[in-house]
Amino acid sequence: MSEPILEAVDLVKTYTMEDVEVRALRGVSLAVRPGEFVAIMGTSGSGKSTMMNILGCLDRPTSGSYKLAGKEVSKLGRGDLATVRNKVLGFVFQSFNLLARTSAQENVELPMVYAGIGGAERRERATFSLEKVGLGKRLDHTPAQLSGGQQQRVAIARAIVNRPKVILADEPTGNLDSRTSLEIMALFQELGRSGITIVLVTHEPDIAEFTSRVVMMRDGKILSDVAQAPVDARTALANFQEGDA
Amino acid sequence: MNLFSTFRVALLALLLNKMRSFLTVLGIIIGVGSVIAMVAIGEGAKAEVQRAFDKMGTNLLVIRSGSAQTSGVRGGAGSQPTLLWTDVDAIRKETLYVTKVAPSLRQSVQILGEGKNWTTSAEGTSPEYFEIRNWTFQYGGPFNEQDVATKAKVAVLGGTVVDNLFGNPADAVGATVRINNVPYEVIGVLARKGQAATGQDADDVVMVPAGTFAAKVQGGLRQYLGGSIYVGAASADDTRRAQAEITTLLRERHKLRDDEPDDFSVSSLAEAASARQEGTETMTRLLAGIALVSLLVGGIGIMNIMLVSVTERTREIGLRMAIGARPGDIRIQFVIEAVVLASVGGLLGVALGFGVATYLSTEFGWATKIDPQIVALALGSSALVGVGFGLYPAHKASRLDPIQALRYE
Repeated sequence: MSEPILEAVDLVKTYTMEDVEVRALRGVSLAVRPGEFVAIMGTSGSGKSTMMNILGCLDRPTSGSYKLAGKEVSKLGRGDLATVRNKVLGFVFQSFNLLARTSAQENVELPMVYAGIGGAERRERATFSLEKVGLGKRLDHTPAQLSGGQQQRVAIARAIVNRPKVILADEPTGNLDSRTSLEIMALFQELGRSGITIVLVTHEPDIAEFTSRVVMMRDGKILSDVAQAPVDARTALANFQEGDA
Repeated sequence: MNLFSTFRVALLALLLNKMRSFLTVLGIIIGVGSVIAMVAIGEGAKAEVQRAFDKMGTNLLVIRSGSAQTSGVRGGAGSQPTLLWTDVDAIRKETLYVTKVAPSLRQSVQILGEGKNWTTSAEGTSPEYFEIRNWTFQYGGPFNEQDVATKAKVAVLGGTVVDNLFGNPADAVGATVRINNVPYEVIGVLARKGQAATGQDADDVVMVPAGTFAAKVQGGLRQYLGGSIYVGAASADDTRRAQAEITTLLRERHKLRDDEPDDFSVSSLAEAASARQEGTETMTRLLAGIALVSLLVGGIGIMNIMLVSVTERTREIGLRMAIGARPGDIRIQFVIEAVVLASVGGLLGVALGFGVATYLSTEFGWATKIDPQIVALALGSSALVGVGFGLYPAHKASRLDPIQALRYE
């Protein structure tokens, strides 16, 4: 067994909203090993979004420890967290979050801009990333000229361009139709096979099927944590019939 | 994030909202434009004043008689003749720094020629005067020392006088004019100087030898010189030394005790010129000050639109933060955007200022002069306005919480 790439121990997160204390996480422990494809599931209010924000270094836990790639990050400041997000993590969002009126290539270059990588290398790596997600011929297209699935592919290319250890995907198929969702999941599975750890938040059991481990959350705690044999998205795509979903 | 790409991103962001960007920087454009135009006008006026004083003669000193005092009533400078004819020679011979000396006696006279008459200012002087005052001749030439000594009845006419007496200026030389009913032969016509620095018409003058003037026009004050003495020095430094020298010499000659005040005054035109210059300078500063205020007002416009921009682009800021932008990266991005906005406004303002200055000088003949230093200053201060008024919105952007920013609708 290799060392866990993500290791959260007894995470607690408490918000104060209008004088009412909300306990979003009530002692959550989770360890993810390199190469795992984990789905975090739960209804809204289960704490899965808060969990995702903390795992993504966008937020800090009220208490507990969180080690990312062997380094304790739960006490880091805003600037250092930004560097961790830039170097170790990649993000994929439900609404893609691409810069409008900016070409696919420039969108993908953005994380490298903040990593201080020079222009020539940025362009080369952005092109490589876009080829990897199957958009090698659409480098100059702006988000408005791309379909939803293509936009999400650009976002995935952006997430992998800095060679992160972990990709965090927050409802990545939430805005896509069934067929495109399968295509995106197939792409994630492919990335998973190349060794990247993926943590995905979803509320759709159909999507969770394609992962190798499902963590169910409720009321700020982990309800179940089950390893499974993933369904192959390529096969599902081959068998997909219009109107199935 | 390197500066070049930050600049590029900033420029692109501004180009996406061309109309809004333009309206935002209109304040800066007008501010900078008026700074450039106002200072151009001020500098032009200054140069004009300098030119006018140069025409009157440089390195020039004027010695006037003291003031008369009768039963407590004090007359103005020159009201009591204290300068002697012999003072003129003394100054010429006994000083080191004086190169030229000439008396100048003035009186209003009536002059007749070719059946027309004209009232003008007659001036009695000596040949060196033409050199001291930078007078040149259009026709003929000056009278000489001999004419002064023999009280010759010869005259030199200014352009305005010629216009009023003769149809053709070329006819004037050799003609006879009558000044206070005494006939004089015209031997020269002065080249025109136009308006003097004091506002009078410098060409409305007739000049005759000092001796002739004292005898025929003024009616004799004997040893006293009823006017002033003009003195020329070789350089500006020499002018100051000559001033001290003359004061010492004249006090001695007029036998003044140490406790007595000077009974004459020695004033330099350079001083008068610099006083004039200071006047226009103050005006220029005032105008530039007003223009700078409008630059500040323009800055407020930039701050306003930058705050709007931060709100509009909250999601973009969240995304940039999520993928690794540090708060400092966000701050510099928005500061640079404000600086680019303000600088573009500054550049357009400089163009506007140039345009206005050129228009005023070609259409209305105003003297304008654009100082590169002012252009640099205007551009620099508009960039500074960008930094100053961009800092707060940029700081606000950098303090955003990435989670909330990403969810912002």
